[in-house]
Amino acid sequence: MLTIISPIMRIIEIPMLALQRVLGIHRFAWVFLLPNLILLCLFAFLPVILNVAYSMTSGDNILLEDRPYVGTDNFTRLTECSNHFDPNSCSEDKFWRAIWNTLWFVTLQVGFMVGFSLLTALILNREIRARGFFRSVFFFPVLLSPVVIALIWKWILQRDGVLNAFLDWTGVGGFNWLVDAEWAFAWTVFLTVWAHMGFYTLILLAGLQAIPRDVYEAALMDRARPWRIFWRITLPLLAPTMLVVLVLALIRSVQTFDEVFAFTGGGPGTATTFIIQYIYERGFAGAPRLFGMASAASLMVAGVLVVLTLVQLWVNRRNVDG
Amino acid sequence: MNRVWQFITATRGQGRMDWTDWVTYGYLFLGVFLMFFPVIWLVLSSFKTEADIQRYPPTFLPYQQERVMVDGYDEPLPLYRITGGAYEGQVLAQVRRVGLQAQMVDPENPAGGRVRVDTDQREPVERVSLAVENYTGLFERFNFLRFFWNSTFITVTSTLLTLLVNSMAAFALSKYQFRGRTVVLLLVIGTLMIPQTVVLVPLFLIVTQMGMFNSLWGVIIPGAATPTGVFLLRQYMITIPDEILDAARMDKASEWKIFWRIIVPLSAPAIAVLAILAIMWRWNDFLWPLIVLTRTENLTLQLALNSFQGEMSTEWSSLLAMTVLTLLPIAMVFMFLQKYIATGIASTGGK
Repeated sequence: MLTIISPIMRIIEIPMLALQRVLGIHRFAWVFLLPNLILLCLFAFLPVILNVAYSMTSGDNILLEDRPYVGTDNFTRLTECSNHFDPNSCSEDKFWRAIWNTLWFVTLQVGFMVGFSLLTALILNREIRARGFFRSVFFFPVLLSPVVIALIWKWILQRDGVLNAFLDWTGVGGFNWLVDAEWAFAWTVFLTVWAHMGFYTLILLAGLQAIPRDVYEAALMDRARPWRIFWRITLPLLAPTMLVVLVLALIRSVQTFDEVFAFTGGGPGTATTFIIQYIYERGFAGAPRLFGMASAASLMVAGVLVVLTLVQLWVNRRNVDG
Repeated sequence: MNRVWQFITATRGQGRMDWTDWVTYGYLFLGVFLMFFPVIWLVLSSFKTEADIQRYPPTFLPYQQERVMVDGYDEPLPLYRITGGAYEGQVLAQVRRVGLQAQMVDPENPAGGRVRVDTDQREPVERVSLAVENYTGLFERFNFLRFFWNSTFITVTSTLLTLLVNSMAAFALSKYQFRGRTVVLLLVIGTLMIPQTVVLVPLFLIVTQMGMFNSLWGVIIPGAATPTGVFLLRQYMITIPDEILDAARMDKASEWKIFWRIIVPLSAPAIAVLAILAIMWRWNDFLWPLIVLTRTENLTLQLALNSFQGEMSTEWSSLLAMTVLTLLPIAMVFMFLQKYIATGIASTGGK
């Protein structure tokens, strides 16, 4: 690898040196920054601005100049409901179904995720044999591709799958899991927790191991009960890490798409259609392509994510300072 | 076995199992089962023939019916054990099946002629055997190599691009004093708030206008500059002492040479972590490729797998084999670089 790259770098050096003579050392920093900045502007900042423009136009043409300006019509259409708790009463019912599904999903998934990650981290932090092995056992699904995860569980859960065979054998009886709306939803929560739990476990375990040993030793000297140690020492000292995990999990959970799309396709019906899938379907999957609606919905999600990311940055900064 | 048990149960150096230890190990082994079984089940199932896959309840290991060559017949004939009637206990080969009866022949003595057996009075003779044809079929019937190549090309190219572009930016942000540095830093932090998922429509416009729709570059370039990567590398480069750079400048080294010959080698651990992360991001990427790549010859492995699951839901054997092959490269990376992956992900909070 190096034998290919080295000569290339040496050739690049010639114009770079000339440039350096013109600019001087300090301004040369911009040369290093430029590629990254151009990419970020072109594929991150410009899209945000364009997104606002798109959200105020309609039609199915992708070229902005061919799209009629409609002001806030898209937002009105999205938010128009006689009762926001009942998607059937909304003019864009699919949007509200997606929103309510996402809210339910985020609440349950983040709850279970943080709960199980904490439990697993606490257990891995005990004095156990082969900790490295067990840690990687819980961690490895994090690396699997979303489609692979979806197919693995689809294969297990299908009508003639191994889970139903087991349930038949125990006498409980099999069930067509992914055809039933509520079970399909429950399984998407399970599947995403299964796939991503290891990541949060790892962060929490690092947080647990950073708690100084002597605090525990002092507590043991005072004959504190284990339960009390957990509530009074472990949990408060772990709180900053918990906050990081919580916010990260929230940011990811709101954007859930890949696994669920490959797993249930959003169904049965719209039972597992979440907000990103709504955007994808409005903008790219169905005809006509409603780019305006998709952008308007994107902006709303972006608003939520900006708030969450600001919280995340604030939490990180506080952790570093404190 | 006793030794193993002692090894497992020894805790806290006291040698006695507390009830909490039982709970701990119970939880851990349940975890091992829950995490590993699905993947093991996938791999085992991918070696089953289509007939074996249809079987309910399923067997754990893949089985195939035994076949033998019998004199006077061109094709190998399937073997059955007869469970009732006049030939009970014998192992016969089936020549053909007519309604509820099967014409069978004794493989030891084919000259003895055909006999008729009721189909419910026989059961197939099976043995454990791997249906490798599920895998070889992928290369013959589908453009599997093409998808594999697409995924590999995207992963390798965009990882290299990410490493180069991000390390250059990180170098500038960590080792230079220039006007506007804070602004640039804030800009990079700002992009943390803009995941691809919320700018799909305008991104689609930009990529289409640049002529990258349905091109692998349309997936590679938009994701190349990552704020996570810049921060990860910058944190590391800040710790490199400025004296080294000053000494190099005394020796009339150009800034590019300093970057390439000093900063990059010294930041190797951080760059390795970013490389692993970037490989994972790209290999597993799904939503953006789903939008940009629509032609069959452009599909990545992930996309191909997803589109085939709709078309071949009745043909699980090929689908499962393909799933295993998609999982394999990441599994290998994990096995060799496990430690770095864990620390890398924990330290950046990015995956």
